[in-house]
Amino acid sequence: MQQHCYHCGTACDDSIFIEDKFFCCDGCKMVFQLLDENGMCQYYDLTKMPGTSAKGVFTSEKYNYLDSVAIQDQLIQFKLVNQAHVVFYLPQIHCVSCVFLLENLHKINPGVLHSQTHFEKKEIKIVFNPTEISLKELVQLLAFIGYEPMIHLGDNDWLKKKKVNKQQLYKIGVAGFCFSNIMMLSFPEYLSTSVGDIGNMRSFFVYLNLLLSIPVLLFSAKGFFISAFTGLRQKWLNIDAPIALAILVTFGRSVYEIFTHTGAGYLDSMSGIVFFMLVGRWFQDKSYDSFSFERDYTSFFPLGVTVLVEGKEVNKPLSEIVKDEQLLIRTNEMVAADAVLLTDGALIDYSFVTGENAPIEVPKGATVFAGGIQKGRAIQVVVVKPVGQSYITELWNSPLLNRDKNIDKSFVHPWSQYFTYVLFSIAIVTGIYWWWVNPYNVLPAVTSVLIVACPCSLLLTVTFTYGNVLRHLGKYKMYCKNSSVLEAMEKIDTIVFDKTGTLTNHEDTELVYEGVELTRQEAAAIYNVTRESLHPLSQLITKYFSTQNLAPLIIDNIQNFIGKGTLAQCDQKIILIGSGSFLQAHGIVINSEIQSGVYIAINEECKGIFKINHSYRIGVANMIKQLKISGYDIHLLSGDRPTEKNILITILGSDIPMQFEQNPNDKLNYIQNLQTNGHKVLMVGDGLNDAGALKKSDVGIAVTDQTHLFTPASDAILEGEMVSYLHQLITYAKKGKTIIILIFALSILYNLVGMYFATRAQLSPMVAAILMPISSISIVSLSALLSYSYARGLRPKKLI
Amino acid sequence: MSVLVILIIVSVLVAGGFLIAFLWSVNSGQMEDDYTPSVRMLFDDELTNTKKSKSKIQS
Repeated sequence: MQQHCYHCGTACDDSIFIEDKFFCCDGCKMVFQLLDENGMCQYYDLTKMPGTSAKGVFTSEKYNYLDSVAIQDQLIQFKLVNQAHVVFYLPQIHCVSCVFLLENLHKINPGVLHSQTHFEKKEIKIVFNPTEISLKELVQLLAFIGYEPMIHLGDNDWLKKKKVNKQQLYKIGVAGFCFSNIMMLSFPEYLSTSVGDIGNMRSFFVYLNLLLSIPVLLFSAKGFFISAFTGLRQKWLNIDAPIALAILVTFGRSVYEIFTHTGAGYLDSMSGIVFFMLVGRWFQDKSYDSFSFERDYTSFFPLGVTVLVEGKEVNKPLSEIVKDEQLLIRTNEMVAADAVLLTDGALIDYSFVTGENAPIEVPKGATVFAGGIQKGRAIQVVVVKPVGQSYITELWNSPLLNRDKNIDKSFVHPWSQYFTYVLFSIAIVTGIYWWWVNPYNVLPAVTSVLIVACPCSLLLTVTFTYGNVLRHLGKYKMYCKNSSVLEAMEKIDTIVFDKTGTLTNHEDTELVYEGVELTRQEAAAIYNVTRESLHPLSQLITKYFSTQNLAPLIIDNIQNFIGKGTLAQCDQKIILIGSGSFLQAHGIVINSEIQSGVYIAINEECKGIFKINHSYRIGVANMIKQLKISGYDIHLLSGDRPTEKNILITILGSDIPMQFEQNPNDKLNYIQNLQTNGHKVLMVGDGLNDAGALKKSDVGIAVTDQTHLFTPASDAILEGEMVSYLHQLITYAKKGKTIIILIFALSILYNLVGMYFATRAQLSPMVAAILMPISSISIVSLSALLSYSYARGLRPKKLI
Repeated sequence: MSVLVILIIVSVLVAGGFLIAFLWSVNSGQMEDDYTPSVRMLFDDELTNTKKSKSKIQS
């Protein structure tokens, strides 16, 4: 009967159970028992089937490297004799139950003193007693309950960098406090003509205001002055320059008015504007904590490796590996350096490096490259080049990539320049006019112009609009690094797709059988043979047949040729399963050209071949069509062999340039070529094989099917299921500029009203105090409203 | 009316107290995680129940 695992929710049969609870495997059952023993079954009450499948669990030697003191020092942040602090990145954290379980680790193992999770960063901070539980045991415990920490070479620096910018919050707090108090104390001033009896207190109010405005000027607005100053030193008038000028002029004029007893100044407007602008910046800078957009190759490599010294296993940090050392690489471990194979049985999955689908058999004596994952049994290798010089690292250090991205400044800056010129012209004209008419009014009029027409509305519009657009994109599972990505997207005219993992779905591998149709007996025999093998391709074949209810048979004789194939006798048939060359070596004639896949021969006759197919994502064809209609050039780059070219042509159309068998460097050069021809390129890819291209392109979007998997350095991360909506998402991202222009037109209106008063030298503090919040609040709400309504309009329609 | 001076000083001081509380909360890291605490507070109460259910299984 079909059941669902009580622990992880995987569909399973009813063979493994405790009371009325069914489990998909013994691993899940053991986790349940452990939690049950420790009274932590609330884990299962908070969320239904919260666990991570324990299938294919780790080998216990996997974490041996954590015994090395050098690695421990790298990981442990703080250490006393009986207390150590460590932070892990646990990408599996996904629900309330996870938090519950992880924060109650001390109940499972008393060596854990305290554990605290950070849900959004997917981090756990553990305080443990190293005399009771070693770091290795701690990691094994986490891995056992389904939260295997991601421990990688580059991560430690990354974890340290992810600190909330406290300074920014301090500044907002101070500005908000001063702004609200100044506003309140200025209130009598606005009504001063109607309330008579406050004459004595007036000076008290204004001096208190002055006192309160000083922290705003010196502390909260500091960032604007610094930015304006550095801009001016590079002879570049950025948007902060006119803002800094406006703040200074406003403060100066207010001080002058207060000390000459001619008025109360505009300190309320000044502190209000600083407050709103700081909030805008903070809103725009809100980042996605659980993503990292800056990962380089170091994040993909393990922290430690097993080295063989005179036949003994020693654990060493990867960075200390030198040439000629012997490494032991176990099943599912990564080859950490370019190396030569010493043993047979290497079956290397390079999908991460090259995008090639199927694992490759590598004979003894050949070179394996860093980044490949061993799928067969444990192998031994000799290091040829240490990590820092390996093939994949060299790609990373390619001089083509030594360029800051999106260096063209935001379109806002030139606008603020025009704005500044216009502003100064108005100020000068006003000054000249009053010089003729009434020289007494020159100073008030000119300063009023500078106060009213500060480009802060432009800055507010930009920060809030981009902040909103980024948030809405996040809702549709596209996570952008920052707002400059949106501006870069605006200019894109060419889109380059990777095939494997981008247009196809990595997790959905299926086999296609080509050849003579198999009878039920034959199929049953093959099924029973492949069931015996742990080879990933055998397992796929087993899965292929598993739905057909085939009879179990007794296997008389089975011989596994590691990395080549299997020879077995079953049901009076001689069965050969393996690569084309393996079958040929056994004297079997294959009529057509040998292809990649698994060949089947029964009784010395080749029956057919199982080919691996990655299924294409639903809706991809439609998405490409829409992108073409919108006028984008589409290109396809694949690391794979052109076996699927015909399918691709039917999906994408025949007018798309397609390149196959591209290595990471080719991809990088292809992008470079497009760019030198004046194109602005958006690259959509996944994996390390696209990393160079993603970094080189103007906008690099990394596609991932599980956000917790590592994505290469990129400008945006897109979840796999949303790839088909790429057209809508790009269109929406580009709307940001439209919204900014619309709102900016509105703020010009406010400025005109303000100018009307200012040029007539009639800007009373009250007018300024009314105009400032009205314009700020209307800008912020209009920006939110417009970006929301566009996001609604572009909501992807459900695909059938 | 001069009592207003005292009242205003008091009001600014009270507001200043809140400002200091805010700065302290930022400094002590309370603004770093705005989701997990809301989940964490749900746990404690029900722990006693699970202990009971555990003893039930054992008995």
